Amino acid sequence: MDITLPLLILVIPLFMFLLLGLVGMKMSHRLAGTLGTLGMGTVLVLSYITALTYFYSGAPEFITSAGERLQYTVFNVTWLQFTDSLVIKLGFLLDPISAMMLIVIPTISFMVHLYSLGYMRDHHGVYEHGFQRFYAFLSLFSFSMLGLVVATNIFQMYIFWELVGASSYLLIGFYYKKPSAVSASKKAFIVTRFADLGFLIGILVLSFYTGTFNFADLTSAPVDGIADVSQVSLTTAEGIKAMFTNSPAPMFMGASVMTWALVLIFMGGMGKSAMMPLHIWLPDAMEGPTPVSALIHAATMVVAGVYLVARLFPLYLMETAALDIIVVVGALTAFYAAMVACTQVDIKRVLAFSTISQIAFMMVSLGVARPEFHHGLGYMAGMFHLFTHAMFKALLFLCAGALIHAIGSNDYTAMHGLRKYMPITHITFLIGCLAIAGIIPFAGFFSKDEILTACFGHSIVWYIWMSLVAGLTAFYMFRLYYLIFWWKEHKVENPHHAPHDQPWTMTLPLVILAAISCVAGFVPFGNLVTWNGHPMFVNENGEMVSTFFTNLQNLDWSVAGISLAVAIIAILIATAMYKKENPLPAKMKNALPALWDWCYHRFYWDELYQFITHKIIFGCISKPIAWFDRHIIDGSMDGLAIVANKASEAIKGFQSGKVQMYVWFYLIGALLLGAITFICLL
Amino acid sequence: MFSNILIYFVVIPLLMLAGLAICRNIRQIRAVAVTGSLALTALSVWLLIDYLALRAAGETAPMLYTDSWTWFEPLHINLAVGVDGISIAMLILSSIILLTGSFASWKIEPHTKDFFLWLILLSTGVFGFFISIDLFTMFMFYEVALIPMYLLIGVWGSGNKNYSAMKLTLMLMGGSAFLMLGLIGIYYHSAPAGQPLTWNLLKIAENASISQGWQYFLFPMTFVGFGVLGAMFPFHTWSPDGHASAPTAVSMLHAGVLMKLGGYGCFRVAIYLMPQAAEELAWIFLILTGISVVYGAFSACVQTDLKYLNAYSSVSHCGLVLFAILMLNTTAMTGAIMQMLSHGLMTALFFALIGMIYGRTHTRDIRLMGGLMKIMPFLAVCYVIAGMASLGLPGLSGFVAEMTIFVGSFKAGMADYLAGEGSLRLVFTIIACCSIVITAVYILRVVGKLLLGPVYDEHHLTLTDATWWERTSTVVLIICVAAIGCFPNFFESLIKFTFSPSIFAVIGMN
Repeated sequence: MDITLPLLILVIPLFMFLLLGLVGMKMSHRLAGTLGTLGMGTVLVLSYITALTYFYSGAPEFITSAGERLQYTVFNVTWLQFTDSLVIKLGFLLDPISAMMLIVIPTISFMVHLYSLGYMRDHHGVYEHGFQRFYAFLSLFSFSMLGLVVATNIFQMYIFWELVGASSYLLIGFYYKKPSAVSASKKAFIVTRFADLGFLIGILVLSFYTGTFNFADLTSAPVDGIADVSQVSLTTAEGIKAMFTNSPAPMFMGASVMTWALVLIFMGGMGKSAMMPLHIWLPDAMEGPTPVSALIHAATMVVAGVYLVARLFPLYLMETAALDIIVVVGALTAFYAAMVACTQVDIKRVLAFSTISQIAFMMVSLGVARPEFHHGLGYMAGMFHLFTHAMFKALLFLCAGALIHAIGSNDYTAMHGLRKYMPITHITFLIGCLAIAGIIPFAGFFSKDEILTACFGHSIVWYIWMSLVAGLTAFYMFRLYYLIFWWKEHKVENPHHAPHDQPWTMTLPLVILAAISCVAGFVPFGNLVTWNGHPMFVNENGEMVSTFFTNLQNLDWSVAGISLAVAIIAILIATAMYKKENPLPAKMKNALPALWDWCYHRFYWDELYQFITHKIIFGCISKPIAWFDRHIIDGSMDGLAIVANKASEAIKGFQSGKVQMYVWFYLIGALLLGAITFICLL
Repeated sequence: MFSNILIYFVVIPLLMLAGLAICRNIRQIRAVAVTGSLALTALSVWLLIDYLALRAAGETAPMLYTDSWTWFEPLHINLAVGVDGISIAMLILSSIILLTGSFASWKIEPHTKDFFLWLILLSTGVFGFFISIDLFTMFMFYEVALIPMYLLIGVWGSGNKNYSAMKLTLMLMGGSAFLMLGLIGIYYHSAPAGQPLTWNLLKIAENASISQGWQYFLFPMTFVGFGVLGAMFPFHTWSPDGHASAPTAVSMLHAGVLMKLGGYGCFRVAIYLMPQAAEELAWIFLILTGISVVYGAFSACVQTDLKYLNAYSSVSHCGLVLFAILMLNTTAMTGAIMQMLSHGLMTALFFALIGMIYGRTHTRDIRLMGGLMKIMPFLAVCYVIAGMASLGLPGLSGFVAEMTIFVGSFKAGMADYLAGEGSLRLVFTIIACCSIVITAVYILRVVGKLLLGPVYDEHHLTLTDATWWERTSTVVLIICVAAIGCFPNFFESLIKFTFSPSIFAVIGMN
């Protein structure tokens, strides 16, 4: 494959960032916005061409004659050479998951660029302060995220991982005059940085034992005959495991070193993907502009952790203990976040907790995936859910943005009964809700059903648990939907200022994403993205079968039927409670006040962190160290000076200039010497 | 003598001194300072290109452009010069910081001429130090670089300047005393019995005649002597006070270049000449420098004075330099040199910006400022970039340096651990890694308080943004920081050749 297109995919957003960042302030708002959007549009086209070429061209470097998808390194240049084998390269890897991300990221990013043209100005058409900066940061983010997913080695991933973190910091803190936005951005950066510390140490351990950063050397083996092409291989992963077990120190504190390395790397993923207990930054990150929440904190950056685990999946298969940890963390997070989402008032917070919960679904799905069960169905399901979730969650966030833009508040208490005023937003939001709740035939139904099937194949306990969470999902989403669009009539004081639907730049992305959410479930994902490249849906002759109904035909109706029933029951409960104003929700709240309180306060995680950082780290470590430095270390240096000073004060009297004194000293000295001589002679 | 290019690194500053002496007004002074430092920058860049060409042509000697002129025959004192990749990196760093420092002190008052005289004298010492390979002249230039600091801080400083100037000078002189003792000791063991003694670094290394026992004595002497200047715990306390009181350009040169003299000397003298002792005694200094790294970072978290904060952050970053040198492994040492470059540039940038902000608001207390992004966007954006470099954002210099250090140190630590030689290095490497989180805490804290949020003081609303000379100064530094961050492999290969296997064969370095 020619390297021009892939190279341009990375270069254009970077160039846009530099252009808008350096000379953006000299441009008009409109020009900067248009340039940014056009740049992203170009990237969108190029990425689609690249990804579709990968999936459908049938070229020998992408797919074997037996239908197995391969990994193809488009280019790989040395960036920094540590030792002969440990080299950071910057490259471009095409394989099923990176090609999938090449569809997801530019799609959402372009929608957000377009949407922001309308969102980032007020009702009189005046642009937000820093509009050009906003587009520069969006371009920086798109560049970093694209660089992350096409990484050819784990250190390249780490580099772009840090860059997405920084662009997220810049965008959360976009309204930098608002103290809450500033502290939210700070929190997001520091929490994810803490997680990255684990990631970094994990990389160090892994690279020390294996002597490489390359994904190709860690998880796949080269394919004979074609340059730069490799294939996911468990044999390689077994070889990596053997490197750990044959080393002089294969165990550390009761677990194998490889498990430690993989868990530490997963810790990085927990930070970015907001898994408990490192989730606390994501709800606060909603301080950023809503399009940013849609792009970064719902669809793309927060799934980087899932992507990381998927990327190293063959290694995780070698250490099932690490996968078990992923399942437990994911399952607990999913349940926790769903509980909290049921009680929040701020619509963006509800969506944020919903995002945490849905990402946890993907994590669980990866954690329960085993090659023995349906060829690693969980892996495919996790990636599928990543894809569909990106679409419908971005849709929901952009709808929320439209609502906030129209109402000027984040609370549903200021909304209620908006369906008549904002019909397009209403319909698209409903589609998003149906998709996330898992109602057939919307996108979420298929992906969530595959996840539940994978859980079912792994353990009945997690299956029931996750089905319960799926029910909660449907409940809190429809609670939100009814409270925004129904509940009671919307009060309008001034008919001229009634809330209304938005300009076309904002409507178009909503409609497109809604359309995708309706049909994305029919994409025959099992033939596109699997953990080892083998197609899942094949006929008796081993040929790939991909039609519009493939997913539907391959459903396991025993699982799908139950999950559908659970979702419908949950929606009915939500309808009963929230469609019209009634005392039922208040009664529920009063029946379980403690539970409601804990959920409303997000189980007091933030307070706990506040205590640890302020009281313990600042109060008990930093302050004492600073005091110790000023008073003990510096004090002893000053003490030396004082002692020297005092000593010279004390002896300076000897040089008084008085002759009588000198005579006295002379006499005493002479007598003393005489006495000593006398004693010695005795 | 003048056929050797290196000698011009001392000649140009001396010419600048002569030029300054006849200057009559501030414009001429600026012209001399800027022209001279531009000439030095050009010279160092030309040296770099020429050096690379020579290496590409197959030169394998450890040092190039070597030359030696007798100065005092009975004591074998020569003016011996020579450079390798590391010295060239340091020369480029010094000239760039001198250049930007000149721009940053565009409006220095009073006694402008005297200020520049001392500043250039200080630079003469710095450049002389980096080109010398004769221990005696090296020490002489070292002292030439230290003494002007006393006057520069004492006269042009701010705050408690007399105390700070005295403290800084006395503590560094204390270090020099150790160092001199160490150097004389090295001189008396510089050659096997019966052969003439020498001060020449290369010859001493070649002779390798310092006995194990003497190394145990001389290594700590020289390491501590240079370590004081490298802000090693617990000898770092001159740094916060000294930096806080120093005028902008002096802070820049001091943190940017002079502190590098410490790291450079530790590597060039202590470790290069006494490798066995370095290997045996490294653990003591590893503990001290490891403490520096986290101790400085934690202290920085609660500082309220911008310069104090930056001084503690320097303790942390320079601690990492010495820490990595002590790993005695090529990757970590390369990282150490890159960290020197990176820290030099970014701290100079920090101090330049702090000076510019202080010049406007007349306070350095972060509790009394806020929302400067709105008032002086250019300076604020530069400050954020400097902060991002400091906390190790990829694409800027801090990241590549730190990562190289961590990869190298981890390798050394694991090698110890697997060989059953204890896990001290491993544990301290992981502790040092933790500094990336603490750095993020104090950088983002100060960025959040100082630059973002609402404007704290109404009077600040009338302040102006950067002038053209301030812009020049910061932009040059930012370009350098980004250049290292974006093209690290160039610097890596420049530095790495220095650690050729022959030099370290003796300690089996890998």
